[in-house]
Amino acid sequence: MAIWLDKNSKIIVQGITGREGLFHTQRMLAYRTPIVGGVTPGKGGSSVEGGIPVFNTVHDAVAKTGATHTIIFVPPAFAADALYEAHDAGIGFAACITEGIPVHDMLRVVATTAGMRILGPNCPGIVSPGKALVGIMPGHIFKEGRVGMISRSGTLTYEIVDNLTKAGLGQSTCVGIGGDPIIGTTFVDALRAFANDPETDAIVLCGEIGGSDEEDAAAFIHDHLPDKPVVAFIGGRSAPRGKRLGHAGAIISGNFGTPESKLAAFAAAGVPVADRPSQIPDVVKSRLSGAKR
Amino acid sequence: MKLMEYQGKELFRRVGIPTPRGHFAKSADDVAAFVAANPGSWVLKSQVLMGGRGKAGGIKFADDPNQARAIASELLGKVLKSVQNPEGERVGSLLVEEKVAIESEAYVSITIDRAAKKPVVIVTAQGGMDVEEVAAHDPDAIAKLWIDAAAGFWPFVARRLAFAAKLPLGFHKTFPGVVGGLYSLFMDYGANLVEINPLVLSKDGAVIASDAKVDLDDNALYKHPELKDWKAEAPVDEDQAAAVAIGLGLSNYAKLDGNIGVIANGAGLGMGTMDAIRNAGGSAANFLDIGGGAQADLVKKSYNLVVSDPKVKSMFINIFGGITRGDQVARGIVEALAGGDIRKVPLVVRLTGTNEKEGRAILAAAGMNPVETMDEGAKTAVELARA
Repeated sequence: MAIWLDKNSKIIVQGITGREGLFHTQRMLAYRTPIVGGVTPGKGGSSVEGGIPVFNTVHDAVAKTGATHTIIFVPPAFAADALYEAHDAGIGFAACITEGIPVHDMLRVVATTAGMRILGPNCPGIVSPGKALVGIMPGHIFKEGRVGMISRSGTLTYEIVDNLTKAGLGQSTCVGIGGDPIIGTTFVDALRAFANDPETDAIVLCGEIGGSDEEDAAAFIHDHLPDKPVVAFIGGRSAPRGKRLGHAGAIISGNFGTPESKLAAFAAAGVPVADRPSQIPDVVKSRLSGAKR
Repeated sequence: MKLMEYQGKELFRRVGIPTPRGHFAKSADDVAAFVAANPGSWVLKSQVLMGGRGKAGGIKFADDPNQARAIASELLGKVLKSVQNPEGERVGSLLVEEKVAIESEAYVSITIDRAAKKPVVIVTAQGGMDVEEVAAHDPDAIAKLWIDAAAGFWPFVARRLAFAAKLPLGFHKTFPGVVGGLYSLFMDYGANLVEINPLVLSKDGAVIASDAKVDLDDNALYKHPELKDWKAEAPVDEDQAAAVAIGLGLSNYAKLDGNIGVIANGAGLGMGTMDAIRNAGGSAANFLDIGGGAQADLVKKSYNLVVSDPKVKSMFINIFGGITRGDQVARGIVEALAGGDIRKVPLVVRLTGTNEKEGRAILAAAGMNPVETMDEGAKTAVELARA
């Protein structure tokens, strides 16, 4: 098992004929991801990659393929519209890769798309190793296994997953929640799903400075995850205040979003925080070998 | 994009929030002519983005054209300094406004609550003060309510806030209109923050926005092309301008205080690399994220940008290739080092992931030997900076 994505998911790609959309469709297919179609308005009736049908609308795609999942590669000005369209067509899970969507578009989207899980925006996607990859992550670093991973960053996830895989710790599902201020799926949403997944034995949570998602995650772990080990990492601990470093959400404003606040929250929840990605496999192993919080 | 007061008030008027009668001016002659044509008591307000403008001497009063001309001449071109902005900011323009007889001052703002994923309205009857100080000393004086973006703004939200914050009764009739206007500005223009501090109740019973603080989401500016003149006039952040000049995103480069240059792919790995350098006893001179799928040319330009900072003593290029290809990165590094006209610093490269073999071969042919891990790279970069 895995969370949110498995072999039976039926995936469409919104923006499938664009440069990014097509490139990553090829990579996802190479990972044997069950992609059943794509959407580009005006290109309905054509196909890409030797038989993946392209539709004009998400509604057409859902009617013809029974799609359950979508991945969105459309430009920022059209991404909110794409999310609404997916929701209206009955899609249950949408991974939004697009970076630079106006925050207020996302405020409206999250308030009006109940029933559809949105991952991102500005996220690397999700992979259930050995089953399916819906995103832009490099498939070869992942390995099937029993560690769940949640992260706000893309490349830092690769760094940590690479360490886990090389240490023999495979992954059940890796979820990139995205680096924007307003995101559809939070750490707590992913923790809740992993808590209920019998094939996830431990969870690695990779946070970063800014916001209070890590503090909320720590409180949730303390209250609801007494039996599943969680190991955390926080990126940007050496960052100065007031500087925005790459991710729109990674900024320390005043005393809000500081690493100190996040470290204190994890300490209070009994969650070990690794100082370096390279330490994470050992901490996970020691937690798995019986040491309960 | 942060707006000047006069720009914020222009947007306030568009959404029906009352502002004082006023005149925007860039010269002392213009100020004097306005006061001559409109006799009375006027406030001359320096148009700057920094906080603490009043304490820094940027706000003065004038009762006649000669006095107005003298004060305007003094303020225009002056560099204002405050605790919040020790480097100072030069005054390029003034807002001349009618002096309002104040009965009471309140505070109202709307911002984004990330955890709630909703707009939040914050109100206090203690206007004219730093709201963070009010929050620290008298938290009960602050009232907050969240707006459901699906339902939009309804006046009851403002009524509840007015009662909860104990606003004087004189505010109550007009307050929902002010908050409603502020909310439509917030949503339609895509603001990170809209703030009125103070919102004044005048002696004759009018409710007026005496100041305006508006910070717009850069990603939403395309929706209002009429604001492009303001964008062109806005002070430029040097780091952001340097990033955009070489084709990076606005916030992909930031100078820091240390002496070890950093280039990484991805914001998370960039921050992780800074942290690794600190763990190894050093300090990063910058954050630079080359983004996903960078080509050799961008890598070369990024190298040149990082070494253009004279305090950089060594550099750590840390790449975990997903959509970024190791051969492209390696080619960019070799091209950068082949350029004769730029400063060279001792360099450590860590190259892993997509096309890492090809990348390593390119570096080896140029006499470079990449390290295997991030920890090792950070340690080496720190040693090189000390040498």
